[in-house]
Amino acid sequence: MNLEFTPEEVAFREEVRSFIEANYPKHLGDTGMREDLSREDFVAWHKVLGEKGWSTPAWPEAYGGTGWTPTQRYIWSEENARVNALMPLPFGVSMVGPVIYTFGNEEQKAQHLPGIRSGETWWCQGYSEPGAGSDLASLKTTAVRDGDHYVINGQKTWTTLAQHADWGFFLCRTDPDAAKPQEGISFILLDMNTPGVEVRPIKLIDGGYEVNETWLTDVRVPVENLVGEENKGWTYAKFLLAHERSGIAGVARSKRGVEKLREIAGSEILDGEPLMSDFDFARKVSQLEIDLAALEITELRTLAGEQAGKGPGPESSILKIKGTEIQQRLTELTLEAVGSYGTPLYGNIANVPGDAGSNQYPIGPEYAQHAASTYFNMRKTSIYGGSNEIQRNIITKMILGL
Amino acid sequence: MDFNFTEEQDMVRDGLTRMVRENYDWDTRRGVVASEAGWRPEVWAQLAELGILGMPFSEEDGGFGGGAVDSMVVMEEFGKGLVVEPFVPTVVCAGGFLKHAGTAAQKEEHIGGIVDGSRIFAFAYAEPRGRYDYANLETTAKKDGGDYVLNGHKAVVIGAPWASHLIVTARTSGERTDKQGISVFVVDKSADGVVTRDYPTIDGRHASEVYFENVTVSPEALIGEEGNALPLIERVTDEAIAAQCAEACGAMKVAHTMTVEYSRQRKQFGVPIGKFQVLQHRMVDMYTEYEQSVSLTYLATLRLDADERTRQLAVSAAKARIGQAAHHIGQEAIQIHGGMGMTDELAIGAYFKRLTIFDSEFGNVDHHMKRHIALS
Repeated sequence: MNLEFTPEEVAFREEVRSFIEANYPKHLGDTGMREDLSREDFVAWHKVLGEKGWSTPAWPEAYGGTGWTPTQRYIWSEENARVNALMPLPFGVSMVGPVIYTFGNEEQKAQHLPGIRSGETWWCQGYSEPGAGSDLASLKTTAVRDGDHYVINGQKTWTTLAQHADWGFFLCRTDPDAAKPQEGISFILLDMNTPGVEVRPIKLIDGGYEVNETWLTDVRVPVENLVGEENKGWTYAKFLLAHERSGIAGVARSKRGVEKLREIAGSEILDGEPLMSDFDFARKVSQLEIDLAALEITELRTLAGEQAGKGPGPESSILKIKGTEIQQRLTELTLEAVGSYGTPLYGNIANVPGDAGSNQYPIGPEYAQHAASTYFNMRKTSIYGGSNEIQRNIITKMILGL
Repeated sequence: MDFNFTEEQDMVRDGLTRMVRENYDWDTRRGVVASEAGWRPEVWAQLAELGILGMPFSEEDGGFGGGAVDSMVVMEEFGKGLVVEPFVPTVVCAGGFLKHAGTAAQKEEHIGGIVDGSRIFAFAYAEPRGRYDYANLETTAKKDGGDYVLNGHKAVVIGAPWASHLIVTARTSGERTDKQGISVFVVDKSADGVVTRDYPTIDGRHASEVYFENVTVSPEALIGEEGNALPLIERVTDEAIAAQCAEACGAMKVAHTMTVEYSRQRKQFGVPIGKFQVLQHRMVDMYTEYEQSVSLTYLATLRLDADERTRQLAVSAAKARIGQAAHHIGQEAIQIHGGMGMTDELAIGAYFKRLTIFDSEFGNVDHHMKRHIALS
């Protein structure tokens, strides 16, 4: 047992680092995910990686994976986080892609996997409904067979970045009479340009518009777009959620965030000294780093288990809980660090069309500008992807056996 | 010992509860916050009419002879409605400086206008590099003949876009962080050399960066003793903290009530989510935090006129602990509301944001823990 990289792994790190340095689109800067980015910005790095063959490292090689070991994948995400790279969005690469190559038929694989790899196709997720959040299996959107089509009616919500989406994967009820609610659900791929699909933006507490309501009215979908078997969608959905959770820990990005926090707290002055040398503050940063170090090893253990043939299991719920708690704590401490300049409503948020009070001037230090909105935004992480309460229920049932 | 409110205080509360209900429903507030002005002068006029703006001033100064408990009652109701109008900067801060240290002429000139609503103040004390230390001042006021000339930059001055006048802290002598050499001035915002950059704040108010570029003020603008204003600033900011703790209590009360109500309405797995014990206990913890916060708000408010050390201990205890409670209740309220809590559509997000920013005003949790430790 050891934590050291082999010479091959060190060489691999050098290789990917140089590749990122040479190829990461400079115009994206190092600000990571921002809501004011264009569709082209969002997929710019994805497209570069698609050409290189590195956009879907976790996939089986037969479908375009890189064949990297878990350690190499870890190095890859570390190196991307160093430049705060805007990674391929998860909806295609980490969610529907694995469902399609695992449960889809050959036509579906041929139709959809290339666009996911290349970044050409933008996917969104149609799971939650106004009445079906944590209790996802109570979803009411129906898909009724009509000849060689399904006719879909219902309303989905929290469809992230659906304003850009070309395709969506939707959970729909195909058997309203099934014995258990989980048994009557199907997993259907939907071209978002189909008549009857309407996407309406939802404004969030940080002022941004990253999620939507998606209304489906008599939407006709060819039956070929059913993935796997009819009424077996819940199995695929659970498979997908476990995949989603393993990426959700965000360790590399949080490590970068802690570095940034240290920089900010090094610039802010308290009683003539950098805030970072204040014991109370430093203790909180260390506490966070310790939790993050533990999570990092926990994630590596999980990845190693995967490599040994165990799929991502219920223990990935730990990664989701701790990963999101750390992300939230990090943004909370960052807001604390910036002090009074966390208070202004900065231009990037106020400049949404129709909002009054646009603020054109830079106020306070640059690093303060996203502190409050990011903190507010990150409250979502303990709610989405199966809320942290649901994750605890999963651990209770699957691990503790209670 | 008596924790009862007077009949007058109950009447004030009832009047404000009605006013907030009628004029400060969620949709109205949202519209006001999004408007160019960001506040409603007619609400301010109504507060003047109700006697709220004159309450904490003595009758001889033209007020109604109330005190800190009255301001507490007012601010709790304002917190419930997330009222944005500048009661703390104008009545508590400017009013406090004038009451405690104003000359007869200064009281005469300003208090009448505060009471009748015609004169609105902002308190310009924070600086870009000051971080909660009132003595860490780069703004200077230099003697020039009989006058003072102000130069400097004040940060995030709440309510400044609406103000006619500013209360400004500045260094008249000494080095940047010296406790001596600090003075307080009242400055007409329209004076030559006062430059403001206005913006909305993330919790629904408005503020300005205020720049003083060779602003000349007369000796009559000095409030209190030249060079010895720090104890006065600490007293007035302690009063402002007590008032804002009451505001936070009002906001926490509503955030908690809304969360409990949501947990009754929202059904998952066939039952209201409020039936789940894991959520019940968390809402109980929120409630306990709220009740403890009310107690500390009483403690701070009732100690405002005690000796300095007693007052500071009580105020720092309240601000530190309520800062924690405000984060806790805000975060739990959003979590229990689930995705709906993340939307701009529901009021709960606005309470969360106000409760978040509350911590960073007049010193955050760590700042007041340190002050409490230093005094203990």
